[in-house]
Amino acid sequence: MPETASAAAAGTAGDDRRISGVPIRLEGVTKRYPGQDRPAVDDVDLEIAAGETVMFVGPSGCGKTTLLKMLNRLIEPTSGRIHLGDEDVTDQDADQLRRRIGYVIQAGGLFPHMTVATNVGMVPRMLRWDKQRTAARIDELLELVGLDPAVYRDRYPRELSGGQQQRVGVARALAADPPVLLMDEPFGAVDPVTRQRLQDELLRIQEELGKTIVFVTHDFDEAVKLGDRIVVFDVGARVVQYDTPERILAEPAEDYVADFVGAGATLKQLTLTRVGDVDLVQVTTAVAGSPSAEAVAAAQAAGDDFVVVLDSRGRPISWPTVAELTRTTTVPHTVDERLPVVGLRSTLNDALDTMLAASQGGVVVTGRRDGLAGVMAVETVMAAIQRSRTETAG
Amino acid sequence: MWEYVTERADLITFQAVQHVSLVVQCVLLGSLIGVALAVLVYRNPTATALANGVSAVGLTIPAFALLGILLAPFGFGITPAVIAVTFYAALPVLRNAVVGLAGVDRATVESARGIGMTRAAALLRVELPLAWPVILAGIRVATQMVMGIAAIAAYVLGPGLGGFIFSGLSRLGGANALNSALTGTIAIVLLALVLDLLLVLVGRLTTPRGIRA
Ligand SMILES: Nc1ncnc2c1ncn2[C@@H]1O[C@H](COP(=O)(O)OP(=O)(O)OP(=O)(O)O)[C@@H](O)[C@H]1O
Ligand SMILES: [Mg+2]
Repeated sequence: MPETASAAAAGTAGDDRRISGVPIRLEGVTKRYPGQDRPAVDDVDLEIAAGETVMFVGPSGCGKTTLLKMLNRLIEPTSGRIHLGDEDVTDQDADQLRRRIGYVIQAGGLFPHMTVATNVGMVPRMLRWDKQRTAARIDELLELVGLDPAVYRDRYPRELSGGQQQRVGVARALAADPPVLLMDEPFGAVDPVTRQRLQDELLRIQEELGKTIVFVTHDFDEAVKLGDRIVVFDVGARVVQYDTPERILAEPAEDYVADFVGAGATLKQLTLTRVGDVDLVQVTTAVAGSPSAEAVAAAQAAGDDFVVVLDSRGRPISWPTVAELTRTTTVPHTVDERLPVVGLRSTLNDALDTMLAASQGGVVVTGRRDGLAGVMAVETVMAAIQRSRTETAG
Repeated sequence: MWEYVTERADLITFQAVQHVSLVVQCVLLGSLIGVALAVLVYRNPTATALANGVSAVGLTIPAFALLGILLAPFGFGITPAVIAVTFYAALPVLRNAVVGLAGVDRATVESARGIGMTRAAALLRVELPLAWPVILAGIRVATQMVMGIAAIAAYVLGPGLGGFIFSGLSRLGGANALNSALTGTIAIVLLALVLDLLLVLVGRLTTPRGIRA
């Protein structure tokens, strides 16, 4: 388990990440809508490095969506050039271009009359992949976004929850392995717990794939959590600050940014600190179906009063107390739907939210492939708050 | 009456087949025209308003008047009948297709374009399938309506069951006149019901499970 934790930590540092994305460069990009005296996007220059996740934040109507849609030419720029990798794509065939750029919108934008598999396989079909390759790719992608292909392949979008639809939306965008992913407030329409799961999953996927992601959000915490860098825009898509989350929080470029970022530095610390950055508690584990007596003995030897039960693939499914386990002969296979789980890249803020939502004093932490990485207690969060308080004070 | 029918079973069957064949072909043609026009106008508010106006006004033109106007250039025969029936069939389809296409969620269409579908592909694979239940409802209305209009078209010597009705009415009081008119009318009502059931079945078979009500 400690290995998983350090691997993820290396990912955070960005040392040896696989990068399949390409850089994006905007030069003097302007969009003027007919009948409006001020351009919605006014002469924007911006460079986005390959494999980075860049978050667009700014007030409503400042031009984030317009700028994003110019990247895949859903909106044609009035002037300026757009480069993808070392290609100037400003005048390329827009339909061809879009097949090389993943696009995810709120609620997934799925086609309601097509099954999950048809939705996900749309772009490969347009690119004329053969049937077998497409089918294999569909299953691979559903696995990647955490949906069991056998269960979900033939469902229709309305037979999925909001979070599942969003996952399918992400799978569809990734279908032809595009180097760039554009996301416009993709998680805006789901409940907070689901949103946090989706964010964790995006982080995990991004760690695996290293795409160049441009992500529009209204939620500054989301920007801090997901972004390698954040662009803070003002009206006309004026770039006010473009920097890492840490630096934007520590040194807002203008009062405007400080206002926008808002809230106290202490609580922001909870958003900046990842679960993987703090010490996790290692606890007794037991595989579902094994004899309860062994698990109970192990827990007692280690002085734990509960045991984390893992399924056959090492993923935590419940955490019964020793007392509860004593009443069983084999460790139960029951999946506890309310088990509070966060990922290593979740923030302490997420962890605290999850604990509060489940009314539990701790959370189970998962790492690679949803395997167990450890357990975090509420005291750890408290200690982090305390620490940053003293830091801010001193 | 029963005697009247059994004696003329062959003729009635022949005219019924003619009638249904005229209606089905004209509804097909009218649907194509209605959907094509809808595709041309639904993104443009002015054109949409114009199309809705045309379909509303068009439906108020009395069938006899339209047939009368068509007689001048085309004379008696099948051509004015086909034109008139197709005209009336196209109108409800046009109106419903505009409503159906305009009702498709813009975000869905945008994501179709966003993943690289061409304008035509988005229309054929996303917009029209999603608008289909509404379009089909228009086709049902059109079919019901032109079953009656096709009967009137028989007045200009078009084929179909209208012949029984008109010959009956023109000889009212004479032998079998009432039987003739009733036979034509009842046959049309029955066939209209059968066609409607068939269209319901078509709807079942062609509406994907994901958007079935
Ligand atoms: N199709 C359009 N026609 C005319 N004006 C538009 C159009 N789309 C957007 N605008 C205007 O351009 C400006 C930028 O809009 P845009 O949608 O890019 O903002 P945004 O930053 O994404 O806002 P939000 O955070 O609310 O989504 C706004 O003033 C908006 O009114
Ligand atoms: Mg927007």
